Amino acid sequence: MPAPIRLRELIRTIRTARTQAEEREMIQKECAAIRSSFREEDNTYRCRNVAKLLYMHMLGYPAHFGQLECLKLIASQKFTDKRIGYLGAMLLLDERQDVHLLMTNCIKNDLNHSTQYVQGLALCTLGCMGSSEMCRDLAGEVEKLLKTSNSYLRKKVTLCAVHVIRKVPELMEMFLPATKNLLSEKNHGVLHTSVVLLTEMCERSPDMLAHFRKLVPQLVRILKNLIMSGYSPEHDVSGISDPFLQVRILRLLRILGKGDDDSSEAMNDILAQVATNTETSKNVGNAILYETVLTIMDIKSESGLRVLAINILGRFLLNNDKNIRYVALTSLLKTVQTDHNAVQRHRSTIVDCLKDLDVSIKRRAMELSFALVNGNNIRGMMKELLYFLDSCDPEFKADCASGVFLAAEKYAPSKRWHIDTIMRVLTTAGSYVRDDSVPNLIQLITNSVEMHAYTVQRLYKALLDDISQQPLVQVASWCIGEYGDLLVSGQCEEEEPIQVTEDEVLDVLEGLLVSNLSTPVTRGYALTAIMKLSTRFTSVNRIKKVVSIYGSSIDVELQQRAVEYNALFKKYDHMRNGFHLSLLMIINFRFFVVLSSFKMVQVCLSCLCVVPILQANDLLDLLGGNDVVPVIQNTVSTKPASAGGELLDLLGDLSLSGIPPMTAYNKNGLKIDFTFERANPNPNIAVITIHASNSTEADMTDFVFQAAVPKTFQLQLLSPSSNVVPALNQGTVTQVIRVLNPQKQQLRMRIKLTYTHKGSAVQDLAEVNNFPPQSWQ
Amino acid sequence: MRFLLLFSRQGKLRLQKWFTPLTDREKKKVIRDMMMLVLARPARSCNFLQWRDLKIVYKRWYASLYFCAGLEDHDNELLALEVLHRYVELLDKYFGNVCELDIIFNFEKAYFILDEFLMEGEILETSKVAVGVSLEEADTLQEGEAKEAWRPLSAGAC
Repeated sequence: MPAPIRLRELIRTIRTARTQAEEREMIQKECAAIRSSFREEDNTYRCRNVAKLLYMHMLGYPAHFGQLECLKLIASQKFTDKRIGYLGAMLLLDERQDVHLLMTNCIKNDLNHSTQYVQGLALCTLGCMGSSEMCRDLAGEVEKLLKTSNSYLRKKVTLCAVHVIRKVPELMEMFLPATKNLLSEKNHGVLHTSVVLLTEMCERSPDMLAHFRKLVPQLVRILKNLIMSGYSPEHDVSGISDPFLQVRILRLLRILGKGDDDSSEAMNDILAQVATNTETSKNVGNAILYETVLTIMDIKSESGLRVLAINILGRFLLNNDKNIRYVALTSLLKTVQTDHNAVQRHRSTIVDCLKDLDVSIKRRAMELSFALVNGNNIRGMMKELLYFLDSCDPEFKADCASGVFLAAEKYAPSKRWHIDTIMRVLTTAGSYVRDDSVPNLIQLITNSVEMHAYTVQRLYKALLDDISQQPLVQVASWCIGEYGDLLVSGQCEEEEPIQVTEDEVLDVLEGLLVSNLSTPVTRGYALTAIMKLSTRFTSVNRIKKVVSIYGSSIDVELQQRAVEYNALFKKYDHMRNGFHLSLLMIINFRFFVVLSSFKMVQVCLSCLCVVPILQANDLLDLLGGNDVVPVIQNTVSTKPASAGGELLDLLGDLSLSGIPPMTAYNKNGLKIDFTFERANPNPNIAVITIHASNSTEADMTDFVFQAAVPKTFQLQLLSPSSNVVPALNQGTVTQVIRVLNPQKQQLRMRIKLTYTHKGSAVQDLAEVNNFPPQSWQ
Repeated sequence: MRFLLLFSRQGKLRLQKWFTPLTDREKKKVIRDMMMLVLARPARSCNFLQWRDLKIVYKRWYASLYFCAGLEDHDNELLALEVLHRYVELLDKYFGNVCELDIIFNFEKAYFILDEFLMEGEILETSKVAVGVSLEEADTLQEGEAKEAWRPLSAGAC
């Protein structure tokens, strides 16, 4: 069998392949040759074959059949074989495969080899890919080797020990004795790896950390020597002596000084020295300064030193080198929470970085800018950030928009400014705004009561320009549905009101429904808005038509909505206003924005309709008039009913408007007083609380109060406080009635009372006409 | 440091060193992502970018070869640039005016050099001279074996 081709030859050949297929063919051919060579157990060329296999592996081809061959190479006596074998092991094997455990014995032997380079190979492999089991088996060997005076080996063993600790932290203790005189080394390699080992131990164990704090003076001394020493050709990098070691020591000092006053004090001087004396013309000097700044910020340094550190970062921000600017922004981001004022001083430079051409820098600058926004600088900062939003790459827009909303919510100087800012974001980056912002924005707009007219006008105008940005369209539709009446009545105070007719508004909304640009969610918003306008606009027929068309829409969600709305028109026409009312009330609470408006209808319908319609009909018969509308009485505290009660409490704006109370009924010892309140914001609603008291000697139990009002009114009765009116005026039963009186007609009410008194059932009817004018005007 | 990759502008991998255990699949994903991110960067960008929870440092040398390292949060990025630079210097010293082809044809040597400089993601030796000396001595050991075997193998038994 001819000798297998050499590695370089193979590489050359493969590189001549012009297509992937050609390359694959060559590789397959060679792999076959290698496989047969392996089968022949040829020791001479095994090394060459494995090397070729490693090359092919790097190109992306499978090479697992070479794994055992690597092990054989490792077991060979030749250094050449071992070198390739160990490399192969590191590339082809990993700790997940059991095969790697077969290496353990070889490594153990090689750790004790007479040639330091063989030992080095074993240490390197163990340190690179030793699994936990291997580390456990060989930790003893490693610990033994730590005592060697051979600096070549020492540095390798030390990092190997670091690996063992990372894999099996419990073994950390056994390396403790070896750390005794770790820092008295002269050899930089050993010193560096020793510092790494100490750092690893201190990071993992608070006990170790406390134990090694005593090394601070020694570390300071070493660092000082490095800085003060003259030129050392072996370790020099651009005029700085061993920057790698300097940085590593600074990092260890950071860990040792954190939270400890004494240590921090001991390192103050050297940190100041490094911070002021390090040459900053090259990257290497700045790397050291960077590490120094991080250390100063993390330990308990004195304030002068901290200011120095932040100023260094400020200077970094102005550096021509992009990398340094980037690093400065990253560090400032870390310190902005703790040293906010100091970082604020560099705000203008940071904001300038928003205009940097580099993407990484822009991102960091944006994050930092948002962190710096506060009540004082909100206007200026927002201008810059909005400008950034306009001009930045799409990858930033979503995050920037979210950031703007958050900042605006926290620090908005005025409601008008807040709405304007939101409008700006929606119109410039409207398609990048996150979906969850839409309900939040709706909530916000709802709460800015005095801005409703202004908001709906601006949103309407924005819709006329552009209907492609879905979040904008959704918010706008919602607003129009809610405040469409303000829009057509031209009530805007903040700016010139526009003239818009109901038909124009409906045109726009219908346009959204049919447009290809609208997503299904947006269509849902548009349909609901149209529906809501049926209680605010007069062109109800048009709306009815639109709604009924969508009753057969292909989109299931839309169809469902349309059908439900249709039902409202047909069966519960009287309740459309109530629908409006309830929505308005409940809007003030988050659960509306969590539920879509569609679900809201379901809740309304279910609470208002799942009703004992029977009861209402009874009342109708009893009261014998068609001008009386059946009333829904909530005797069960279903969720919406109690929501209503809470609403009442939480609305909070109820002002006792000074309407005098009245006695509605007083017979047979049962007295019912009415007290009045006006609900804000809707002045068409009168809230009446009945107070039933019993002056007889016996309790009135099973007390039920019912009421009916003429057709032009809407009435809602909430749950009574109890069903027992205690005797001798010892307490009252209260119940709340809400009356909607949009046409401001004179309030009349028929009431029916039933209760059990002294064992017998009592029932009475009465008419209440003596409502004070203020309660319905 | 979590990993160090060398790849060409055409997306060919030249060296991969992993300092944490990953499956083959995970490694392939990292390589793919790194190539995609780094090769897409405009010419005069800064050398750092954020990827998942790692800081990525990259630099282009020899016109077409990218050196790319994945750092953990506590690693110093500016120093990482110096580490990459040092590796390039070591390669240069060993091969004499190194170019990409040297690394292609002598990839195993590139690994040997790396293994004398870094281990477990940390710097093993901060002196250029010391690394050079170890490599020379190890190579001499190899050559000695080759001579003994009386085979016309050049330095580098392959």
